[in-house]
Amino acid sequence: MSSVITPYLEMSQAIAEAGGEAFKKCYQCGTCSGTCPWTPISEFSIRKLVRLSQLGLEGIEDLMWSCSTCKFCVDRCPRGVEIIDLVTSVRNVYAGGGLLPQTLRTLVGSLSSRGNPWSGDQEKRNDWAQGKYPLYAEGMEYLFFPCCTGCYDQRNVSVSRATAELLTRAGLSWGLAGAEVNCCGESVKKVGDYELFDRLKGNNAGIFSGLKARKIITASPHCHFTFKNEYGGAYEVIHITELLAELIKEGRLTPKKDASGLKVTYHDPCYLGRHGGIYAAPREIIAALPGVELCEMDRIREGSICCGGGGGGLWVERMKGERLSDFRIEEAMETGASVITTACPYCIAMIDDSIRTANAEDRIKLKDVTEILIDYLEE
Amino acid sequence: MSRIGVFVCHCGLNIAKTVRVSEVVEFAANLPEVVIAEEYRFVCSTPGQELIAGDIKKYNLDRIIVAACSPLMHEKTFRKVAEAAGLNQYLVTIVNIREQCSWVTEDEDVATKKAKALINGAVYRARLLAPLVSRFIDVNPEVVVVGGGIAGIQTALEIAAVGRKVYLVERTPTIGGHMAQFDKTFPTLDCSACILTPKMDAVLQNPNIELLTYCEVAEVKGFVGNFDVKIRQKARYVDHAKCNACLACVEKCPGKGESEFDEGLAKRKAIYIPFPQAVPQKPVIDRETCTYFIKGKCRLCEKICEQKAIDYEQADSYIEIKAGAIVAATGYDLMDVKPLAQYGYGRYPAVYHALEIERLFNSAGPTAGKVVMRDGREPQSIAILHCIGSRDKNNYEYCSRVCCMYSLKFAHLLKEKTHGDVYQLYIDMRAGGKGYEEFYSRLLEEDVKFIRGKAATVTHRTKNPEEEGKLIVEVDDTLTGKFARIPVDMVVLAPAMKPRADAKDMARMLNLSTDKYGFFMEKHPKLAPLSTMTDGVFIAGACQSPKDIPDTVSQATGAAAEALTIVSKAKMELEAATAMVNAAACSGCRNCVTVCPYSAPSMNEEKGVSEINEALCKGCGLCAAACPTSAIITRHFTNEQVMAEMEGLMEF
Repeated sequence: MSSVITPYLEMSQAIAEAGGEAFKKCYQCGTCSGTCPWTPISEFSIRKLVRLSQLGLEGIEDLMWSCSTCKFCVDRCPRGVEIIDLVTSVRNVYAGGGLLPQTLRTLVGSLSSRGNPWSGDQEKRNDWAQGKYPLYAEGMEYLFFPCCTGCYDQRNVSVSRATAELLTRAGLSWGLAGAEVNCCGESVKKVGDYELFDRLKGNNAGIFSGLKARKIITASPHCHFTFKNEYGGAYEVIHITELLAELIKEGRLTPKKDASGLKVTYHDPCYLGRHGGIYAAPREIIAALPGVELCEMDRIREGSICCGGGGGGLWVERMKGERLSDFRIEEAMETGASVITTACPYCIAMIDDSIRTANAEDRIKLKDVTEILIDYLEE
Repeated sequence: MSRIGVFVCHCGLNIAKTVRVSEVVEFAANLPEVVIAEEYRFVCSTPGQELIAGDIKKYNLDRIIVAACSPLMHEKTFRKVAEAAGLNQYLVTIVNIREQCSWVTEDEDVATKKAKALINGAVYRARLLAPLVSRFIDVNPEVVVVGGGIAGIQTALEIAAVGRKVYLVERTPTIGGHMAQFDKTFPTLDCSACILTPKMDAVLQNPNIELLTYCEVAEVKGFVGNFDVKIRQKARYVDHAKCNACLACVEKCPGKGESEFDEGLAKRKAIYIPFPQAVPQKPVIDRETCTYFIKGKCRLCEKICEQKAIDYEQADSYIEIKAGAIVAATGYDLMDVKPLAQYGYGRYPAVYHALEIERLFNSAGPTAGKVVMRDGREPQSIAILHCIGSRDKNNYEYCSRVCCMYSLKFAHLLKEKTHGDVYQLYIDMRAGGKGYEEFYSRLLEEDVKFIRGKAATVTHRTKNPEEEGKLIVEVDDTLTGKFARIPVDMVVLAPAMKPRADAKDMARMLNLSTDKYGFFMEKHPKLAPLSTMTDGVFIAGACQSPKDIPDTVSQATGAAAEALTIVSKAKMELEAATAMVNAAACSGCRNCVTVCPYSAPSMNEEKGVSEINEALCKGCGLCAAACPTSAIITRHFTNEQVMAEMEGLMEF
């Protein structure tokens, strides 16, 4: 790169037109980059990305894939810059020409041809359920939408099963969407492929309205965010933790097994917490386990640290030492907890990977909130 | 038949660029009862005024219409011209063809057509105008100043200096305000007390100032020249008339409270004066911490007091004051920084806010001027964090204006007192006052480390042995583009200055509007910064927006002059274009009482009809519009006059 820069305002204009115009408000204070969990562990600077966008300078391409859209910077930004919109716009402008990194090409390709990011067969979408659970039919109260990750990823399949089992034991009237639904599209939107997102959304939205769905339960906070904020259908979108906390309060699910001596910590998923505003429900579920001790990490709730899986991050290769989930499990172990819980399939995938690569399976176990609840439901 | 003159102004090119003035003049000249129509480049200029005056005489005009800018700009000018030429000022009509025509479109045809329509309407109305005569009321010569900080003190002293009586109302037990808490003042580093306490004493000594400490404004009624202000004197439980300020009671008192003056960093007694140079020097008893009030026994202060000044039975009392003008100088609060958890205030004892560290510097403060922290250590490294809650959409969008400079002052004092390493974490250095940039340069030379970046997080999470026992300030040093971790012993936050917590209540009482943050609104940001939309009520200092001491003192001096313009006259002229009630037609529905923003109409319960206090009426016409029986007539805007104008407009 030359040491002389010349503003390239056409590029800046293109980014603005793709939806990133919030960069105009930025005064480069560095709150975003000072807050961003990637800054201390990588060369990525979100502030620099905003700066380069303001002037349309080269170098954006090298920075644009690092953001995991965790929203920490957006919440802290004193100027109200919609930084995530900027990141997706930049990706849209640059990657529109096919400049995707190899791993993301697999993601986008699979989504385009199979409707899921895991290269799974579309017709096998509900195989995880082993035929145990009904398909949604008109008149049922809840439609359960497990994330693609919960359908195809081995670790997350057990979360889907736990969830289905809880819904059944609580005696709810619920059913699964058929195998013809596809990914909610959240990741591909954040990767900047707006066209593919619209296609995925169109298919799902048509199916939901055909089924006359009234209440959709999502396992993933990413689906929750997308159905709620991007789909705009005439149905209520409920995250599983909200529903379970309510069922516990109503006495329809009561954990009975003694959890004395069990120390549990909880990792706030970005899309459940900062994006969804849900902090209390998962903690209420954990607190319902008899005798359990909730050991909180230092950085929680609004100040929680991302696992690194959002914004396409789950599919981006990262070097050792540049994986946020590695730091997160360290922090979890510092609390003295023997179990780290969370409530997002991406967090599950990332944290599971970190525990295994750190060979820490004997020091800390990973459980989804639904899994730990079902473990302690019966004596 | 009336004889109307129409004068159309070019306003340079402001109007003439868009409105075809000659065409408008030709049009006006042919309107009924218009005797003469003229155009001029600047009608408001002296030759322009002479043109009008000359034509009034030459053509024997009995109505004039000036088509120019907004009446807010020059209505007064042209009214004076008319009066001087022997024409009643209410026979002048202003037509706004600048703000309402040439400035709102670039289309000549549209602008010209609208100018004609407005003039047509004005001619219709002018024919029905009647001369009105102003009336005069007596003015009360005294002034109430609310707030005893530097703004209120300065205002009171200036007004008293010309021999007018001032009531200075202060709600705490002493005057002095925030300035009394400071150790030094930027950029000159004068000792704050050294320049403030002589003024505090001057207030006490001045026979024209009646000092009302531990008092709050309870109610304000009336209008410019004739305000009735009710003051609540909070019970002090000490009879100040008897007290000789020996303070033996304070010494013996076993009660303990947190010193508000020391920002909670020190204790005070239950019977106390806030600080040694407090004015007055006489104590009050704080019920919340007084052993007698809590437990029902003690009364040590009563036993020790030779003057028999202690009075546990004292209750709040009220003082009624008549005043011609009121100055609000109620100051600011510092924002509560606890909710901004990322900076660790309240969580880490080594994090201080600006007013706390002011007290640490002060030789009369809790540490006798030594910078030692809550744990007794002297910090060897300190980070000062700018813009905490200021310039921040999540908190206060505005720049608090003083923090850059006091942060420099803190850096200087910290260097001087601790010889430690001092970091300034800033977004933009704002040093726009006299001598401020020079002060910034001086601090650069004192080897303070400036880091351009807003602090993101203050954490105890250490990463290496050098960081042990420190607080780590995390920040993007935007000039290198590198993430910095700065280990320090002490963190000082510069929080936003915000309106007083009860500013809204005060605004309601004084009938002031507030800006979106709650600061008192000035009448005009440039040309009437100390006036408010309520005549006779003025504002000074940080109650209007964040300000430093020099600006506050300037404003206070100005507000004193503003108040004096009212109380220096024995009588004042009232607006003649006011509303009146035709009692025979009034149904007593109270619509007018409800809609009036100036509280001018009130019900005469005996007669069952509404009456309008002309001293309060601004002639806005809301009541007349709301009156279902057309019992209210707004002089100068009668129904007939307004309908005629509309008829004229409708012809286009």
